Amino acid sequence: MTSGSPAGRWRFRGVLARRRTAPSRARRRLGAAVRMLAALALAGGVYTAFAPGAFADDTTQLSATAQEGKQLYDNSCITCHGRDAQGVTGRGPSLIGVGSASVEFQVGTGRMPMTRQEAQAEEKKPQFDKTQTKQLGQYIQELGGGPQLPSDGKYTEDLKENPEALARGGELFRVNCTSCHGFGGGGGALSSGKYAPALHDASPETLYAAMLTGPQNMPVFGDNQLTPDQKREIITYVTVQLQQDRDPGGLFNLGRYGPVTEGLAIFGVGITILVFTTLWIAGKS
Amino acid sequence: MKRKKVDLAQAPITFAKGVDERYKAATPLRGLLNKVFPDHWSFLLGEIALFSFIILLLTGVFLTLFFDPSMKEVAYEGPYSALRGVDMSAAYESSLRLSFEVRGGLFMRQMHHWAALLFMASIVVHMCRIFFTGAFRKPREANWAIGVVLFLLGFLAGFTGYSLPDDGLSGTGLRIASAIMLSIPVAGTWISASIFGGEFPGHLIIGRFYIAHVLLIPGGLLALISVHLGLVFAQKHTQWPGPMRTNTNVVGERMFPRYALKQGGFFMAVFGTVALMAGLFQINPIWLFGPYRASEVSSASQPDWYVMFMDGLVRLMPNWQIYIGDYSIPPLFWPAVVGLGALTTVPMFYPWIEARRLKDKQVHNLLQRPRDNPERVGIGAMSLAFFLVATLSGGNDVIADKFHISLNAMTWAGRIGLLILPPLAYYISVRVCLGLQQHDREVLAHGVETGIIRRLPNGQFMEVHQPLGPVDDHGHPIPLEYGGWVVPKKMNRVGALAPAIKGFFFPVEKPAEAPVSPGMPPVSGKDEREEITTGH
Repeated sequence: MTSGSPAGRWRFRGVLARRRTAPSRARRRLGAAVRMLAALALAGGVYTAFAPGAFADDTTQLSATAQEGKQLYDNSCITCHGRDAQGVTGRGPSLIGVGSASVEFQVGTGRMPMTRQEAQAEEKKPQFDKTQTKQLGQYIQELGGGPQLPSDGKYTEDLKENPEALARGGELFRVNCTSCHGFGGGGGALSSGKYAPALHDASPETLYAAMLTGPQNMPVFGDNQLTPDQKREIITYVTVQLQQDRDPGGLFNLGRYGPVTEGLAIFGVGITILVFTTLWIAGKS
Repeated sequence: MKRKKVDLAQAPITFAKGVDERYKAATPLRGLLNKVFPDHWSFLLGEIALFSFIILLLTGVFLTLFFDPSMKEVAYEGPYSALRGVDMSAAYESSLRLSFEVRGGLFMRQMHHWAALLFMASIVVHMCRIFFTGAFRKPREANWAIGVVLFLLGFLAGFTGYSLPDDGLSGTGLRIASAIMLSIPVAGTWISASIFGGEFPGHLIIGRFYIAHVLLIPGGLLALISVHLGLVFAQKHTQWPGPMRTNTNVVGERMFPRYALKQGGFFMAVFGTVALMAGLFQINPIWLFGPYRASEVSSASQPDWYVMFMDGLVRLMPNWQIYIGDYSIPPLFWPAVVGLGALTTVPMFYPWIEARRLKDKQVHNLLQRPRDNPERVGIGAMSLAFFLVATLSGGNDVIADKFHISLNAMTWAGRIGLLILPPLAYYISVRVCLGLQQHDREVLAHGVETGIIRRLPNGQFMEVHQPLGPVDDHGHPIPLEYGGWVVPKKMNRVGALAPAIKGFFFPVEKPAEAPVSPGMPPVSGKDEREEITTGH
């Protein structure tokens, strides 16, 4: 398309077409070449101006933190999540767009790297320290964007300023969370070996990241479903009411699993004590 | 005026005489106080149920003083900050007030709940004792049936009580109950609508359940418990066979003072155990459940343990929906309505079924050792296996979660277990019974194993047995008849060697000296023998 010959046959009704006398052949060719160049420059310019920024990341430099993260990624994560976090079919999903919040939840609680492929990654001792987790998160964030934890680091409500937050958090917890995690936050079973973990030792940051990113089998509670304020209220309820061992009913809360452990206790403790009592006060055989 | 002398030693006598002259109490009282009860630990299991029922009445009366059985909507303004400002029913609000504001209220609530669980648990344990020892045989068939009805009434009392606080868990239970009613073909919608006064949940159910829970069901329980105990008095308690015990006598302790004192002490023990559990173990934390909302269902929502077998059967039932014309029978109908109906009525008739099968028209006041009726033990083991699998399946989500098992695997294990384990339990328990019977007969025929191995001159080894009875001319024991009671199987049981030391965890008496045979004095002095070596 460098030659002007096909373009020269076009009939223009623009400014150039208003000429009375036909221009010379050489002039026509020159004009066509100039117009071609101008059109190309325009198209290219418009494209460059409006093209999505992600595409340009190929050439932009990762920040220093992200570079460190990439190092860690290429050592520990690449086997399943693939080069540039694009995912490997049958092994691990693409991490483009999951955001640093997701990385901080999965890596920070030791769920990733996984021990083995199974229904759900288990919480275990974290394999990376806090700095390394941040670096990995930064890498994934710069790679594909996605949800991030709030930068102010405020995950709970101050009950002195805002005492109603606890009750509101409780209501939201019962509406949104108990169907899997249970009334007492003790966790519960899902289908085929999946489960909702207990919330006894989850930190406010972990809880926030979990709601924001919906890890494993948990649904995503994005900011349009639960506003950041509501998230903080839920976290306040969990950390204040459920985690601080507020069991007015006795020394042992039986895991707050309800009638299952209560039934176990009545046979294991009540009936056992009383059968031994009968053996003590009455004849044996 | 001369003061009349009061003889204090004579006072009770004159008082009792006065009472007797007016009310003629001596004759019936003498019979009652002298009534003899046989003594065995397993006869006290039913008392646990009786005593927990008394605790239930006492704590229950306390709870009614503060509970408001109304579904009127109120906003909570109490001290429990995590629910402050939340809209809830007056029933739930008063349950919270009872728990957090009434002095000792939470303790009483927990005592009531633990006593309820203990009531049902001891009924089941007591029932097992009655069943496996054949105590339900003629003339006590009716009392067995009354016992089964008592279990059923306890079941209903427990369910209505579970529903009263109107918290998230009890509302979920009520929803399931309404679904069970709705599953009954043709009549279901009418039954549900009449009980709930319209569509679930309505505004009436708590008030209706309240009157059932505090008046109708306890009234029924009290009446039937009276009949149950009255029949035990009238028909006399069964006893184990043994020396001096026959089908026409009762060997044991008099009602007064020993038996009455023991029972009084046992009541204290039951009361103490329930109070201990109520103080140590948190039960039914309603404040975490929140007020009932149809949209909020927690994981691990279970009924109390004695209803859990039904929940388990419902969880295990495959999804088989039957369509007949315009009507449909949902799968829930089979386990929850047919299953519960069959599981509570068929056992009621077991005494008559067994008597008919064995053509047994005798009066039995002596119990049977379980091993002497292997088939009955087999049936009992089969039922228990069924109940256990169903109950565990009722909590299969908690088991799956805590033991890291797939919930689907738990469901299938329950389905297969429900069909396979009961017959297996039947087979194993029948074989165990037959084995125990055989060992009893063996000891009666050959004597007790002494543990002494004798080497004969020809090199043969043989074990020496101690005959239990007389021997014939050749020194062989004459086989003895089985008496339906424990056969001594150890030398110390027949008075040889040292007697068994009494005491449960540590000896409560100094063990007597072992008898020494004059022919074989005990070894004394230093052992001079040397170790045998190869000589190198």
